Amino acid sequence: MEKNRYTVSVYSENNVGLLNRISGIFLKRHINIESLNVSKSEIENVSKFTVVIFTDHETARKIVGQIEKQIEVIKAYFHLDDETIYQESVLFKIDSSLLFDERNIQNIIKDCNATIVTVSRDFFVLAKTGRKFEVDEMYDQLKPFGIMQFVRSGRIAVTKAEMPISVLLAEFKENK
Amino acid sequence: MNTNTIKENKTPKKKLETMKISGAEAIIHCLLAEGVDLIYGYPGGAIMPVYDELYKFQDKLTHILTRHEQGATHAAQGYARVSGKVGVAMATSGPGATNLVTGLADAQIDSTPMVCITGQVGSHLLGSDAFQETDIVGISTPVTKWNYQITKASEIPEILAKAFYIAKSGRPGPVLIDITKDAQFDTFDFTYEKCTGVRSYKPVPKPNKNAISEAAKLINEAKKPMIVFGQGVILGEAESELKQLVEKAGIPAAWTILGVAAMDSEHPLNVGMVGMHGNYAPNVLTNECDLLIAIGMRFDDRVTGNLETYAKQAKVIHFEIDPAEINKNVMSDIAVLGNSKETLQLILPLINENNHDEWHNEFKKRYEIEYNEVIKNDIKPTKEGLTMGEVIEEINIASKNSAVIVTDVGQHQMIACRYAKFNQTKSNITSGGLGTMGFALPAAIGAKQGAMDREVVAIIGDGGYQMTIQELGVIFQHKIPVKIVVLNNDHLGMVRQWQELFFERRYASTVMVNPDFVKIAEGYHIEAKRLSERKDLKATIQEMMASKEPYFLEVKVEKEDNVFPMIPTGASVSDIRLK
Repeated sequence: MEKNRYTVSVYSENNVGLLNRISGIFLKRHINIESLNVSKSEIENVSKFTVVIFTDHETARKIVGQIEKQIEVIKAYFHLDDETIYQESVLFKIDSSLLFDERNIQNIIKDCNATIVTVSRDFFVLAKTGRKFEVDEMYDQLKPFGIMQFVRSGRIAVTKAEMPISVLLAEFKENK
Repeated sequence: MNTNTIKENKTPKKKLETMKISGAEAIIHCLLAEGVDLIYGYPGGAIMPVYDELYKFQDKLTHILTRHEQGATHAAQGYARVSGKVGVAMATSGPGATNLVTGLADAQIDSTPMVCITGQVGSHLLGSDAFQETDIVGISTPVTKWNYQITKASEIPEILAKAFYIAKSGRPGPVLIDITKDAQFDTFDFTYEKCTGVRSYKPVPKPNKNAISEAAKLINEAKKPMIVFGQGVILGEAESELKQLVEKAGIPAAWTILGVAAMDSEHPLNVGMVGMHGNYAPNVLTNECDLLIAIGMRFDDRVTGNLETYAKQAKVIHFEIDPAEINKNVMSDIAVLGNSKETLQLILPLINENNHDEWHNEFKKRYEIEYNEVIKNDIKPTKEGLTMGEVIEEINIASKNSAVIVTDVGQHQMIACRYAKFNQTKSNITSGGLGTMGFALPAAIGAKQGAMDREVVAIIGDGGYQMTIQELGVIFQHKIPVKIVVLNNDHLGMVRQWQELFFERRYASTVMVNPDFVKIAEGYHIEAKRLSERKDLKATIQEMMASKEPYFLEVKVEKEDNVFPMIPTGASVSDIRLK
């Protein structure tokens, strides 16, 4: 079956242990999680997990079914890249001397639409938000100069289609 | 403003001080409020405050000390499976808790409602590798429907109420609640309110009218329909609705091993067991029917064999409570989500009266083939050695098909499921999904205590018996009148069978040199007999069944018998082998 990158979005209660329960579902099926982000969502007291996996449609569908079955999960969805708007954020820590010695670095910062977060005597920090390939491109350009530290966030994504969680929560309430 | 709020909250608390109880006592009150009067468990350091309360409440709540925590879980499962109530098991932290894991996994895969309570080290010690500390919440996560760690006494009522609600509602399952020792000691104002819902949890999907009417249309139009029912019928208490559907539409109905007791074994339209060691007719005809109606079953690989060739010619209707089961293993044309009782009640008025005699004859014809090739030799053997099948047949006769049969895992299990007859629901207690050797003896204890008015017969192999044999101590101590039948072939029979058939008879570690089982039972002061000759079979079984006491019977059966029919792994259901 054809494999694709899927963004799994999980709306849940904010409880200790739920991350373990959800990640276990991927583990049980030997699926590697490419990126994971947990944050609050648009609804008060509802958390949102954004998990990126590379798998086939059937596996993604079944995983989402198993996730949704967990008691504290309100709803889970899975989407292809073109069904979502997604971004990642990265930070680069770079030796400050390079900022002055290597002219090119300033061009990279401008071309990549990166921002300088802080500059100190020893190092400066660049931030960039974008798609993975854009971030990768910037990484490749900076690498030859030496990167002291690099970190990338998990993917965050919103979907083009609606995710009617509030409606669902109201339904749950009615079922009570 | 914050300060004010705190002050306001403090005032009423002081007024209620006289009603303060410890977390440990609160746990007992929660159990009593949930209607629990029997729990299985094993004490230890981190759960001692609760045991201290159990001592005080022993007139209201019976605690059975199993000889191993695994036994506590299986006993709780046996109790839950015959009674339909939530089974409760309790253990201390660390090894006590980890010993529950097999039972949790078993209850999870077989959808058995169970609440396990574990003690945990004090919350200030969490993560310090304290004595008997283990992360049981982390360990048990994949094998529980829900779990939670309580670190504050005040959480106890709400969390335990939620635990019972979650364990029992929708598709049942095990819940583990881990309670730190300080939360057991601390006092708080206790009030209890039963849980009636959890915001993010929808246990029973609402049936879809369109799906019901489309399913009815397919059933009414089918020429060669076949029903396969599973435990979902029993859990949904839809036995009568299943019978009405089968009879009204005249559809041959086959069962999974967890579903068997949902329909009388003698019902003319009961066509037997599907799956690896199931009956010939329903397996072969799965691949000839034009409509497969799955009710409360989950298309386990032991049922379907090779999925690529499973019922490909048929339309599939799947009645199921758990949306995650739909299209998981077998794609269905129509999914009817909901509680089986509700959905079957909705569909019954839409079903036309019908019969499929010609199609039913196809089952009968194949039953004849299987009878002559396999069944006859199993239950009415002419060769010298005793067979497992004839023992089961005698138990059927002696119990008039009314016993609860508890089985372990392996050859004896398959033979028992094939030949045991049932005329009551909730009667076949076995470890289906997980295949847990050692399940039967403790599960039989729970089954008997869950249905004291019924005869409970545990059928166990010599291998599995020795995995939880220590629970004889419980049977002895509490005089639990279960009948224990060990079908002893001095082998791990099922593995030996596979070695014979698929590993060129390399019998690696499957020969058992067994102790004197009769003496062991006698050591526990349990009446015990050994049987090795056919001429004594009937009388001994009758004696056993007539006994009002616990009774142990070892039957020396043929050492190298195989269970047939058999669908070899990876083969199609229709390629089932008769020999």
